[in-house]
Amino acid sequence: METNLLAAGFGGQGVMTLGKFLASAACDAAEKHVTFFPSYGAEQRGGTANCYVVISDKEVGAPIGDEMDDLIAMNQPSLDRFLDRLKPGGTLYLNSSIVGEDIARKDIQIVKAPVTDLALKLGSAKVLNIIMLGVYIGCSGVLDPQVVWSTIEHKFASKPKLLPLNRKAFEEGLEIGRKNRT
Amino acid sequence: MARVLMKGCEAIAEAAVRAGCRFFAGYPITPQNEIPEYLSRRLPEVGGIFVQGESEIASINMVYGAGQTGTRSLTSSSSTGVSLYSEGVSFCASARIPIVYVNVARGGPGIGAIQPSQQDYLQAAKASGNGGFQMLVFAPSTVQEAADMTYRAFDCADRDRNPVLILADGVIGTIMEPVELPPMKSEEEVAANKKSKRSWACVGHKLGREHRSWIEPGSFDTTNLQQRNEEAAKMYETWTPEWEAYQVDDAEVVLTGYGISARIAKAVVDELRLEGKKAGLIRPITVNPFPYEAYEHIDYSCCKGILDVEMAIPALMIHDVKAGVKERASIDTCLCSGGNIMRKKAVMDAAGKILER
Amino acid sequence: MERIYARTETLQQDKVSGFCPGCMHGTVIKLIGEVMEELEIVDKTVSVEGVGCCGLLMDYTDYDTTTAPHGRACAVATGLKRANPETIVYTYQGDGDLAAIGLGETMSAANRGENFTVIFVNNGIYGMTGGQLAPTTLVGMKAATAPKGRDPKEHGYPMHMCEILGQLKAPVYLERCSCNTPQNVIKTKKAIKKAFRNQIDGKGFSMVEIVTSCPTNWGMDPLGALDFLEEKMLVEFPLGVYRDRTKEV
Repeated sequence: METNLLAAGFGGQGVMTLGKFLASAACDAAEKHVTFFPSYGAEQRGGTANCYVVISDKEVGAPIGDEMDDLIAMNQPSLDRFLDRLKPGGTLYLNSSIVGEDIARKDIQIVKAPVTDLALKLGSAKVLNIIMLGVYIGCSGVLDPQVVWSTIEHKFASKPKLLPLNRKAFEEGLEIGRKNRT
Repeated sequence: MARVLMKGCEAIAEAAVRAGCRFFAGYPITPQNEIPEYLSRRLPEVGGIFVQGESEIASINMVYGAGQTGTRSLTSSSSTGVSLYSEGVSFCASARIPIVYVNVARGGPGIGAIQPSQQDYLQAAKASGNGGFQMLVFAPSTVQEAADMTYRAFDCADRDRNPVLILADGVIGTIMEPVELPPMKSEEEVAANKKSKRSWACVGHKLGREHRSWIEPGSFDTTNLQQRNEEAAKMYETWTPEWEAYQVDDAEVVLTGYGISARIAKAVVDELRLEGKKAGLIRPITVNPFPYEAYEHIDYSCCKGILDVEMAIPALMIHDVKAGVKERASIDTCLCSGGNIMRKKAVMDAAGKILER
Repeated sequence: MERIYARTETLQQDKVSGFCPGCMHGTVIKLIGEVMEELEIVDKTVSVEGVGCCGLLMDYTDYDTTTAPHGRACAVATGLKRANPETIVYTYQGDGDLAAIGLGETMSAANRGENFTVIFVNNGIYGMTGGQLAPTTLVGMKAATAPKGRDPKEHGYPMHMCEILGQLKAPVYLERCSCNTPQNVIKTKKAIKKAFRNQIDGKGFSMVEIVTSCPTNWGMDPLGALDFLEEKMLVEFPLGVYRDRTKEV
C-alpha cells in the first residue's frame, strides 16, 4: 500500500509544515516508509508552495508521483494547477473557505473543509494547516491519529502554550475527516 | 539505532560530522544550502571549523588547505558552483590531499535551473578538473545511502589520499526520509586519525628534506611528475566498482540509471513485475569506477532491450552503458533535463515499448 | 677565521640561487628565515607559495611548504591556519597572484582578520611568465602585453594594496617596505618580524608589502633597476606604515 499526497497553497498557509508533520508522524510509525519532497523556488515568500508526501508499506520508489491519490488544495491557484494530477477515484481536500466549490471533475471524491474560517473561529489563522492535517488523517486513515498527535506534541515541545489550541484544531479536523470517510 | 526523519542535505552533513569531519568551507547555492547551514551550527559543537568562503574557488582552496593539516574536510556545492571547484580538486588529486566534496546537482548547462538534474555525469565521472586524474564517485539514490556514502567517503579519501565525490541531485538533497545515522566517531578516534597523517601533513616539521612536508601539486621535474602520475594510476586500479542488480537474471527489459533516476526505475520494475512482465534494473553505485561488469549478468538471449534512464539530455551515462552492453542488445533512452524530474509513467511507457518487441 | 655571515638554517645549504641577477626574492626569503630562527618557530612554520617566481621558494627553503593554485594562497592559508591554529602560516605572493587573480581571496582574508602573515613581493610585473602587465605596473611602463606602455585609458592605474586593505577595519598591521638599500633591508626585516610576532600573539591579519625590482623583465641591468625602483616605483608606492593596531588588539 502506497499513498501519494500533494499539498499546495499560498506561502504562509503552512502546507510545508503540514507535509513535514505528516512525514514525521509516518517516520514515528515504525512500520512505514515515507518521503517528503518540498518544491523549492526562487521566491522566499508570497509565492505558492507545495510538497509531496509518499507513505508506503515498503521502500518508496518515486518521491514525486505522476498521479496523486490525494490532493490538498488550500487556495484556488493550487486547485487550478494540480487538479489534473489527481487520479480518477482520488480524493480532493479543499479549503472551502476560499476555494470555489464548483469542481469540474466528477470522478473524484471531494472533502470540503472551511479551514480558514474554522481557524479564525478558534482564535488563530495560523492553525488552518493543523485542521487540514486532521481532516486528512480522519478521512484517509493513512496513519493512526494518536501517532500523528504525539508527533505534533513533540514538535511543539518547546512551545507548550500552543498545544491546547493545536489540539482543538487537530480534533476539529479529525471530526470533519471522519464524517467524510467512505 | 533509532531512525530519524532528515533532509538529504542534513543527513549528509551529520554523517560527515560523525565520520570525523572537522572542517567545512562553502558558498551558498541552491539546492545544497542546508549542508552549510547545518554545519555552521553543528561543527562548533564538536570543536570543528565552519567558514563561509567568499566564493566556491576560495572554499575549495580552504578545504585543500585544511585537508593538508590531516583534518577531515568537506565542501559542497551544486553544478555551476562545482565547475568552479575544478582547479582546486585537481590540485588535491595532484598533491594527494584527501578531501570529500558533494555535488547536489541542478539543471544546466550554465546557471541552468535550481531544480534537480543529472547533467553533471561526465564532469563528475570523467574529468572533474584538468590533468586526467580519477576519483571515487558515489551516487546515492536514497537519503540513507547519501549518509552512508558520505561516512565511508572519508575513509576512502584517507586510504587513497585522493578526493572523493558524492554525486547527489536536488531530489536526494531536498527530500526528507527516515534515516539511521552512522555511529559518531569519538574525539579520541578523530584525533588519532589526524595524528596518523602527521608525517606528511603541512603543519611544521624539523628542518631538512627528510623531515619536512612538501605539498607539491606539480613539479618542474617532468620525470618525477610522470612517476607520480604512474603511482596514482596504480592506486586507481585498486578500486572495485559497485552496483545493484535487481531482478536482472530473467529480465526481458533491463532498466539502467543511477541516483534518483534508478530509484524511480526500480519502482517501475516492481510495477511491471506485478503485471507479470520481466523487468530488471542495473544501478551503478559508483559511477567512477563504472561497473561495466554488471552488464555481463544480463541474459542477452531473452533481453529485448536496455532502457537508459537519466535526467540529462543528451544522455551522458549511456556511453558507459554502451561499453558495458557491447552491442549485445539495443539501448533506448528515457530522458528529461533542465530541472524536470523523471516521471514514473514516462519510464513505464518506454519500458513497455521495449517489451512489446 | 670567524664566520660573520652565513645562510640561515632555513635555506637548503647545497642550493645555488637560480634567481636572476638583481632579483630581491633571495634577500626576502633569507629575511623570513632569519625572523623564523629568531622567533624560534622554524619547526612549526608553513609557507604557502603563490604561483610565479614566488613558487620557487620551495626549491630554496628547508621547512614545510605548500603550493596554492594561482591567486588562492590566502584561501589555502585560511584552511591551514583554522584547521591547525598552532601552526605559523605565511603566504608568499607576487603582485599578479595577490592583486590580480587573487584579489578576492586577499581582500576577504584580510576582512575576516585571518590570523596569518602575508608577504607580498611587488615588482610591478609578471616575472616567470615573461614580463606581462601586472596590476602594479607603472603608468607608461612597457610590458609584454602592453608594448606601448601602461595607458590609464586602457589599463587603468597601478593598484595600491596597502592603501586598499587599509580601508578595511580588520587588518592589524600593513606596512610597505623595500630592499633597495641596506637601511631598507633592515626595516623590511623588522616589519616581517612584527608581522610574524602578531600572528604568534593571535592578533590577526598582517601584511608586509615589499617593493622590489625585476631587472630581467624591466629590461635593465641590476643597478639601473635599483635607480628605477627609487625614482619611479617608490614614488608610486610610498614606503611606510599604513595600519598598525598592534598595540590595541
